[in-house]
Amino acid sequence: MRHHTVLHVVAKILLPLILLFALYVQFHGDFGPGGGFQAGVIFAVGLILYGLIYGVDNLQTAIPPGALRVFMASGVLLYAGVGVLGIFMGGQYLDYGVLAHDPLHGQHWGIFFVELGVGITVASVMTSLFYAFTS
Amino acid sequence: MIEVLIDEAVLGLMLIIAVGVLYQRNLFAAAMLTSIYSLLAAALFVVMDAVDVAFTEASVGAGISIILALGALALTCGEQKARPVFALGPFLLVLLTGAVLIYGTSDMPAYGDASAPIHRHVAPRYLEDSRGEVGPPNVVTSVLASYRGYDTLGETVVIFTAGVGVLALLGRRRRKAAKPAEEEA
Repeated sequence: MRHHTVLHVVAKILLPLILLFALYVQFHGDFGPGGGFQAGVIFAVGLILYGLIYGVDNLQTAIPPGALRVFMASGVLLYAGVGVLGIFMGGQYLDYGVLAHDPLHGQHWGIFFVELGVGITVASVMTSLFYAFTS
Repeated sequence: MIEVLIDEAVLGLMLIIAVGVLYQRNLFAAAMLTSIYSLLAAALFVVMDAVDVAFTEASVGAGISIILALGALALTCGEQKARPVFALGPFLLVLLTGAVLIYGTSDMPAYGDASAPIHRHVAPRYLEDSRGEVGPPNVVTSVLASYRGYDTLGETVVIFTAGVGVLALLGRRRRKAAKPAEEEA
């Protein structure tokens, strides 16, 4: 896909919207459909679209495979870490109610970070799979 | 009534596409048909008011899994090897399994039955109390992230493990074997 001008222009317009929509799905999952898993997939699709049209090498310059491996693990660690933090703050594992002074606030923070962990892991795993299959 | 018609139309299209995938020897076309199948499944979930599931099906089934399948096709080849000859044993086994499955559905509660066991166990508590116990207006998020936090942690670990597995199998040969496939694509 070297010199497809239409593809290049359309992708350039769509890419920021796709990534922004992924962030919207991630952080609006409490209120509407969506959540970390879907957001991660959409974010990865945006990156993969860039890789398909502008070349995998360019995408790997922007997002090195090594960094993706770190993100893969850190998403799971963030999720598990929220659970451990709950233990340290006097609750049970993955009990978010103790994370803030008010149980509902605690639940809100817990869900926020847990979904963020899911999103980070899913996005980086999907992009890593794309790398593994194409380069 | 109209919903039943939509359900049946979508299910009929899915059946046609499933048969089409079976008979398609060009793997690129088969991947595209699979993508359309997933999109129809997503439409079906929307009719069932399961927007979160539909969202996942559309982005994963119709989107990324097809891209990964196409990536795998670019690494291998785009045409199915010669069709296997008709084999009676496997055919009978498939027929038997299908018959058992259909027989099994006769014991299931009717579609949308409010008194089905699954709607009487913990679902009422989630629907009635999640606003006061967890908070988010989207009950699905409350269930996934809070009530069923352990399951979601498990799923995240599964995705992580799958990524590690693929990297262990394919991630090593970075540059050498890569070039021919890239030029082809």
